[in-house]
Amino acid sequence: MSNKKRRYIGVGLPYHDTGELQGTLIVIEGTDGVGRSTQIEDIKGWLEVKGYGVVTTGWTRSPLMVKAIDEAKSGHTLNVNTYSLLYAADFADRLENHIIPALKAGFVVLADRYVYTAFARATVRGTSREWIRGVFGFALEPDAIFYMKIKINDLIPRVINTETMAKRYWTEQSGEGMDYWESGMDLRLGDDFYDSFVEYQKRVLTEFDLMAKEYSFKIVDAAKSFDETNRILKEGIEKILSDG
Amino acid sequence: MPRTFDAPHPFPGRLIIVEGIDGSGKSTQLQLLQRWLLTRKYRVLFTEWNSSALVNDTIKRGKKKNILTPTTFSILHATDFADRLMHLIIPPLKAGMIVLADRYIFTAFARDVVRGVHRDWVRDLYGFSVRPDMAFYFRVPIDVALKRILSGRTALKYHEAGMDLGLSADPAQSFTMFQSRILEEYERIAEEYGLTVINATLSIQKQQSIMREAVMESLKNYRPAPFLKKEGNIYVE
Repeated sequence: MSNKKRRYIGVGLPYHDTGELQGTLIVIEGTDGVGRSTQIEDIKGWLEVKGYGVVTTGWTRSPLMVKAIDEAKSGHTLNVNTYSLLYAADFADRLENHIIPALKAGFVVLADRYVYTAFARATVRGTSREWIRGVFGFALEPDAIFYMKIKINDLIPRVINTETMAKRYWTEQSGEGMDYWESGMDLRLGDDFYDSFVEYQKRVLTEFDLMAKEYSFKIVDAAKSFDETNRILKEGIEKILSDG
Repeated sequence: MPRTFDAPHPFPGRLIIVEGIDGSGKSTQLQLLQRWLLTRKYRVLFTEWNSSALVNDTIKRGKKKNILTPTTFSILHATDFADRLMHLIIPPLKAGMIVLADRYIFTAFARDVVRGVHRDWVRDLYGFSVRPDMAFYFRVPIDVALKRILSGRTALKYHEAGMDLGLSADPAQSFTMFQSRILEEYERIAEEYGLTVINATLSIQKQQSIMREAVMESLKNYRPAPFLKKEGNIYVE
């Protein structure tokens, strides 16, 4: 793969030289429950068979922050700023200690969500678009962003089904059938989880759709079957990797 | 929600902050100011730039695993500040009180830039903060600050000497190098934000009288009543 000069979303990290990052950063974006993680798992195996070194990275999985975020979330005392900043710290940790080293070593990095998720969630919670983009100004620009786009009507059965709800309520013992945060319950947008979910996700989807233009997302119709969506994603990724 | 820092805050209270390097005497001055305000029957809330357990534990974990970076360090402190702002600063401002803050976001601007983050970025990061009504900067030469700190105790603290930056193995030398860079940033900030500069080599009484005069002037239109009704974004009687 050729040596790409990396760019940042904003002012960047003054203490990192980005000239030497040779891998490829591919982002899969989309709202909660759209099926990103399952796709990424499959694509990772597919790329490895082709001989690519692949690492995946996902939201709030940073070793530094996972405990603090879990604690803060279970306390339900976050406001829009602390909520956004905890995510920013999580992202910075993964970027500097995981994504950048992997790109230096020539890996394909598959990111399950990226800064755009943070932008959508913060904006829906009332923060300024300008502020949240500035906070994440240290983020690398990805080589490609695939946006798994879905309408609210198609999203609902992905979230409200026996398997998902039973897993959350019984297996994970969360006491919830739908997720508190994915339903935007901190915003109290409806009387119950369902009403709030519908209103919250509508707003999140609107933000994603606006960003699709702003950041040139490659739109993938996620309402289609797993196999069909999978095929389209693989075609797109193959193209990015061969264009190198 | 716009970037609140860019405009004066809409609350009836007043936010008065002090900044300066360790040993500049700012905390002493703020305590004297608090005394004076209290005797004048003002309702005062005092707050410090301390970190919560959540952030301290996270930073400790990050250091132990050696994964903490200038950026995560900076964001963690901003998170903590956002929490204090919501819980400790905004309620008294809404209630019409005078909030005295020993250090404010300019501490982060100076320290985090010295640690390596981008000047514009850290300013963006804190865009959610409340703009102070008065901001004092206590300007002091490094050697005076060092002498003051060591007159009270025998050793410098690890962090005030910036020992974690590995500038020098000698704490006094490291202090001088680290705090000089902080000082440089403070000078830039004082100019950029029009902080009220106090010559911190003057006598304690002299500094305090300058400070009280400036505060009295800024409290001219201040009405300490709690305002409970909101018209748009402005609190009214």
